[in-house]
Amino acid sequence: MNEFTETKVQLNFATQKKSYDVVVIGGGGHGLSTAYHLAARHDITNVAVIERGYVGGGNTGRNTTVIRANYGIPEAVRFYQRSMEMYEELEAETDRWMMHNPKGLLWLCHTEAGVRREQARASVNQAFGTETVWIDPAEVKRLAPQVDLDPGGRGEMPVLGGSYHVRGATARHDRVVWALAEGAMLRGVDIIQHTEVRGLLRCGSRVTGVRTDAGDIAAGTVVCAVGGDVTSIADMADVRLPIRTHPLQAFVTNTYEQGFHPIVASGDMGFYLSQTARGEILAGQHIDPQPSFNRRSGIGFLSELSHRAMLLLPFLANLRILRQWTGSCDMSPDYSPIMGATGVDGFVITTGWGTWGFKAIPIGGHTLAEFIATGVAPALMAPFSLDRFERDRTLADRGSSGTH
Amino acid sequence: MQRLHCAHCGPRALEEWVHGEIFDLPDRLVDADNRDIDRAYMHNNTAGLIEEAWFHLYGCRRWQTFRRDTTTDLFV
Repeated sequence: MNEFTETKVQLNFATQKKSYDVVVIGGGGHGLSTAYHLAARHDITNVAVIERGYVGGGNTGRNTTVIRANYGIPEAVRFYQRSMEMYEELEAETDRWMMHNPKGLLWLCHTEAGVRREQARASVNQAFGTETVWIDPAEVKRLAPQVDLDPGGRGEMPVLGGSYHVRGATARHDRVVWALAEGAMLRGVDIIQHTEVRGLLRCGSRVTGVRTDAGDIAAGTVVCAVGGDVTSIADMADVRLPIRTHPLQAFVTNTYEQGFHPIVASGDMGFYLSQTARGEILAGQHIDPQPSFNRRSGIGFLSELSHRAMLLLPFLANLRILRQWTGSCDMSPDYSPIMGATGVDGFVITTGWGTWGFKAIPIGGHTLAEFIATGVAPALMAPFSLDRFERDRTLADRGSSGTH
Repeated sequence: MQRLHCAHCGPRALEEWVHGEIFDLPDRLVDADNRDIDRAYMHNNTAGLIEEAWFHLYGCRRWQTFRRDTTTDLFV
């Protein structure tokens, strides 16, 4: 599949009906993937997706499109490995080009603590089924010749090696959203844009539907797949979440003609970057430390990140920043997602996608759809339940977020 | 550039400060048995005015309390 063989994506948006089996709040990657998999795998097609703006226009449209599975705990490695495999098959399955581009991901380290962390990551990854190898500085230079092995030139932050995640990839976020939306629509799912959920219909404690600015909709199950404003929806169902929403900023430069193949991240220097299909260098760093729903970008971020990035990759000094933006990240305390039952009947949630939501779009929707259809959480999804906090079974994996 | 008004140093750039704790005590505990879990993990995640501590690291090195609107990032 490529740009020359593709036909126009057919998106036919609907207006809301009075009732559905399943109503999904939020037409981003996870909401659409859940609706798609409900229809495609479980033949549940009486489904609506309610989107406040336009599909993929929230935080799915603000992410930095990295697909990887090099996590630090077994539950996460298995989960994201399956998601990475699903991304590899998704173009053929939906017959849509997503600009899926396997690149390999280099995670560099500059300190002894970093070396131990990345060697441990490679071991955990190999043990639980994803391909990550420890490489020395010479191999780093071979994979990414532009990397300066002595950033700053004073021996303060030497590149001591890194973990190389062989199947790391990127894809075009809009195309992923459009393919899933189209696939769901073709199977009978209603996708309703420019409609905001203002409240939930309740019967006792049970959630029985949603109240939108275009009227009430009854629903067998309401799925909250909102990014950024998840707490306001959960509040309507009296569900308390361990979530704080932080901004994450990113920028792209103008075109770098020579090509820059792998995705490069540095935990010790606190940033990651990759080249987009247009040749732009796309860079992001850690989340802003203070929780905020504001989506303004700042000059502080630009000067900080561009300074550090130029130390490691001196060629960036000749490029110019084209645009910058900010997304809202729903951060969970253990840096792992929260999926499934909420303790309130009829109300299912998928949140805590922090800075790692895009890579999990296929598996997130797949497993949540199975949970909605069967009532049983599939093995891949079960560890990420909301009640893990009260059961003292948190899944701490901060070092793998790349954005801590 | 955003500035925070320090009681000791005057208006100073936000880059001089380190964000600390949000005074975000659970205001709607689900039930008394869950109080400790609530306090350990749960957040109000308020969209609006919150009260929080900032540390003036590159200044007087003192903790101070500010009120901020999380939808605009303006300090009031």
